[in-house]
Amino acid sequence: MIMRIESIKNYKMQEQANAETRPYKLATRNVNAYYGNKKVLQDVNMQVRPNTVTALIGPSGCGKSTFLRLFNRMNDYIDTFRKEGEIIINGIDIYRKKIKIEELRKTIGMVFQKPNPFPKSIYENVAYGLRIQGINNKTTLDEIVEKSLIQSALWEEVKDDLKKNALALSGGQQQRLCIARALAVEPSVILMDEPASALDPVSTSKIEDLIYELKQHYTILIVTHNMHQAGRVSDKTGFFYLGELVEFGDTKQIFTNPKNNKTENYISGRFG
Amino acid sequence: MTLLEIELKQLRQAIIEMMALAKKQLEKSKDAFVNMDTEIAQEIIHTEKRMNAMELSIDRHCENIFALFNPVATDLRFVIAMLKINSDLERIADYADGIADYVIDIDKSFSKDILNAVQMNEMFDIAISMVNDIYVAFDKEDTALARKVFKEDAALNEINANASKVISEFVKETHTLFRSSLYLFSTIRKVERVGDHVKNVAEVIIFYLEAEVLKHKKKK
Repeated sequence: MIMRIESIKNYKMQEQANAETRPYKLATRNVNAYYGNKKVLQDVNMQVRPNTVTALIGPSGCGKSTFLRLFNRMNDYIDTFRKEGEIIINGIDIYRKKIKIEELRKTIGMVFQKPNPFPKSIYENVAYGLRIQGINNKTTLDEIVEKSLIQSALWEEVKDDLKKNALALSGGQQQRLCIARALAVEPSVILMDEPASALDPVSTSKIEDLIYELKQHYTILIVTHNMHQAGRVSDKTGFFYLGELVEFGDTKQIFTNPKNNKTENYISGRFG
Repeated sequence: MTLLEIELKQLRQAIIEMMALAKKQLEKSKDAFVNMDTEIAQEIIHTEKRMNAMELSIDRHCENIFALFNPVATDLRFVIAMLKINSDLERIADYADGIADYVIDIDKSFSKDILNAVQMNEMFDIAISMVNDIYVAFDKEDTALARKVFKEDAALNEINANASKVISEFVKETHTLFRSSLYLFSTIRKVERVGDHVKNVAEVIIFYLEAEVLKHKKKK
């Protein structure tokens, strides 16, 4: 038993060491962002390795959600939004003119605070993105739907009733369905904006376990207001305050010995 | 002030009170032992019950803070530190209590010569000074003062290392009672252990203030 624990520990340490040497999956260089005249991000530089979970924390209005949405260009829908600097995925600036947003979104999945399944069956919710891509072969769809639901830890609960309306699922199940829907189009990055804030503790725990599992295959950025969730699920943590990335480092270091007083005061609940 | 800060302040106050009481117990154990004063020894034994109750209360307080407030960073290090300091202070008081038990057990005072030869007064004084130093270091959050006890502990260790030789020579020369010599040696050993626990407290104070782990390292 002890040997097995040791070997798991060694494996995890090795995985961590490997992750530390892989090329960056995501990066930002000198990013400033504005809504009209208001500057909401200030000179943000961050680099994220593949197969890691990065938590973005900070008080409301600090710019963390704006930062998250830079990676799937969701801010582009806001008329007054503009940005400076580079947002890089796999070494490519995703704001270059040649980049097609639809193609980009295939590789970047997103999960929102409130579960937002379509008023369709469980099956159709997961198959939706695939059908948009023109995939209609039933066998292929069946395979991907099953695989995605297994990956999102929902399969066992819904496999006998895939035709059931998704809105009839519990909140926690709906959120895992949304994760399955995001996974179905095989992204390499998943953005999560407070994915468990509307869920009960058991569902939250399932989502957190899921995040841990998913990082074997995906790079995950997660915005959370729950400090302990950030501590539990992430490898790296970035603390934003007034649009600045105040501190970015290993989650263990941030939560045990932060270098910046503002980080310390925020994570210990003294402001924010 | 947040609710957590109020809890931490109360915890700090409880530890300060326990440190003061541990120091008092040690001072009394010196008086009781050097003068073979059984009345003071009885006082120590009586107060030991209070020390035990304080230890349990502080343990419970730390447990509640962990469970209810999930402290992080400095707050987390502080609560871990208080838990450890609590245990060390209780052990220090235990040694004072053990010395008081000897005083009641031993029927005859030690001669000044043997006490001088083993540097008993000096040992007690160093140990009391160490407890005082960590008390002030903790109260003022002064890590330089906390570090001072490492040297004092080394002095205690040296006296302790010489004790067996000094006592065996003394027994040979003076034919002193063997049993009381054992009590003397055990008391020296207890005071030396007090120094070890004070050193632990100093390490923990440095850990929570500077996030530096000094345990099992050579002290500077």
